[in-house]
Amino acid sequence: MTDATTEPVLRIAAQSQGYWAGVWRRVRRDPVTLVCGAILAALILAAIFAPWLGMADPYQGSMIRRLKPIGTAGHPFGTDELGRDMLARLIHGGRLTLFLGITPVVAAFAIGTTLGLIAGYVGGWVNTIIMRTVDVFFAFPSVLLAIAISGALGAGIVNSLVSLTIVFIPPITRVAESVTASVRKLDYVDAARASGAGDFTIVRVHVLGNVMGPIFVYATSLTSVCMIIAAGLSFLGLGVKPPEPEWGLMLNTLRTAIYVNPWVAALPGVMIFITSLCLNLMSDGLRSAMNVRQ
Amino acid sequence: MSANDLGLPDKGGPAQPLVIASDLTCHFPVRAGAFGPKKVVRAVDGVSFTIAKGETLGVVGESGCGKSTTARLMIGLIEATGGKIIYDGQELGADLSLRELRRGVQMVFQDSFASLNPRLTIEESIAFGPKVNGVDPAEARRIARDLLDRIGLDPARFAGRYPHELSGGQRQRVNIGRALAMRPRLVILDEAVSALDKSVEAQVLNLLADLRRDFDLTYMFISHDLNVVRYISDRLMVMYLGEVVEIGSAEALYERQAHPYTAALFSAMPSMDPDARTEVPPLAGDPPNPIDPPSGCRFHTRCPFAEEVCAARKPQVVTLGEGHQVACHMHDATSGHGKAAA
Repeated sequence: MTDATTEPVLRIAAQSQGYWAGVWRRVRRDPVTLVCGAILAALILAAIFAPWLGMADPYQGSMIRRLKPIGTAGHPFGTDELGRDMLARLIHGGRLTLFLGITPVVAAFAIGTTLGLIAGYVGGWVNTIIMRTVDVFFAFPSVLLAIAISGALGAGIVNSLVSLTIVFIPPITRVAESVTASVRKLDYVDAARASGAGDFTIVRVHVLGNVMGPIFVYATSLTSVCMIIAAGLSFLGLGVKPPEPEWGLMLNTLRTAIYVNPWVAALPGVMIFITSLCLNLMSDGLRSAMNVRQ
Repeated sequence: MSANDLGLPDKGGPAQPLVIASDLTCHFPVRAGAFGPKKVVRAVDGVSFTIAKGETLGVVGESGCGKSTTARLMIGLIEATGGKIIYDGQELGADLSLRELRRGVQMVFQDSFASLNPRLTIEESIAFGPKVNGVDPAEARRIARDLLDRIGLDPARFAGRYPHELSGGQRQRVNIGRALAMRPRLVILDEAVSALDKSVEAQVLNLLADLRRDFDLTYMFISHDLNVVRYISDRLMVMYLGEVVEIGSAEALYERQAHPYTAALFSAMPSMDPDARTEVPPLAGDPPNPIDPPSGCRFHTRCPFAEEVCAARKPQVVTLGEGHQVACHMHDATSGHGKAAA
């Protein structure tokens, strides 16, 4: 055993950074990812704590204060077609919009990763069954598929969550399958098999850690797509019902006001744009930060 | 369970060969297109050899001759289509399970990077094998640190490092350590030093020689580099298109290559002496496709001495000297080849 006094010194020299420490170190040097992450965090926090931020009531309308322009006293972002405070509605709208954008992707991530891991690792006819089924869903454009499923299930938040989840399972499964299949061929998986490890242990120790990164990054980029489709469903009347504040629905109801007050009418779209841009830029940043071989 | 229980104990005594492979065959079915005709790649086709305890068997041959497939058969990573593997007197599938075989045989792969999990520290990589075989984690860690020390990487500095923080030679040392953690008696080195620089290659070869002595190992050393094979091997096996064409002690083969293919391989070895440069033209062309191997002797399409009989009949295995066997009509007096029994 080493001398007790010298050991800590040795440990510092020897201790290599863990994987996540390395990822964080690389993210810290990437201003774009940091700024996008900060904006997203602010949006999410604002959405969560919206009722306690002391803003105007997002449901309280006023016939005499309809469609006030941006910068009106008491309504910094103006008012909508029913005279409701736009700032309050945008912040409150983030709750449903972000929830509808993130939840289906999380659910699809769990289901799709499992399916893709099984297909990619087992291969053979199991792969054929899973991947050909997935291919059927690829025949339809994702927006059309979401509308079709939502239409069949009927309007409502739960139904739009289900339809969006179904829409995102196939692409995540496909990415998970291809990453797993490529990792499975690597020599370290063969070496693990040669040391007598069972399939479950190999997947847990050697496959999962090496496939999660790419799938996670891909899923992050899907969140923005999901938000836009969710907004689209609400716009078509298949998702959230008025008077709930939700960015897609707000865009729909305000479209009649586009000639009266175009700036206010565009605001929900701006929110969707900022959020999805930040999500995309951040997932790009994460992709390069999570690449170990740098 | 302690580390000493990991490996398999000696069963057959020193005279029993560690491995007897007899008529080992591995065919892969392939299809040309989705509805094309079914064909078979004869990757390994009737290979027989023995490896004595404590010796190093060198395996040489061109790319695609079945060297690596033979290695993967020996460790059970792919299943043989036919033939038998007898490990220390016990037949695989009858007296010995695949799991038991894998405790006696380990492998070091060519690509040192692809054979280490990038997300595990090298200590974790080495400790993984013992751990999944029931050694408790603390004991597995101790095994890993001992081995790191033994392969020349100071555990205090290297244990917590990740593969991408090491050089190619260091990574290959880790792979050797990982194989040894299972206390194997046979280590298959599949082109294990081919990707390394010459100076690093020499260090790793010396390490392998030391480890062989210290851990009482038997090596199956697969390589296309005849100089390296000559340095490390006791016996040599030459493969061509999934078959063994010649097998014998290293000295015997370096002195006299009985098979024209072996002779061609050896004459293609670059010499350091300008006066000893080879005048013999190298073998022309690539090996034929193992889906439709040539009839008779598989080498007849490229052999300078080929005669009718070579395309017509498969050559018998002829014993020339002690342990020196060759499959060539030219050495079989009964074959009817013009040069036979001359």
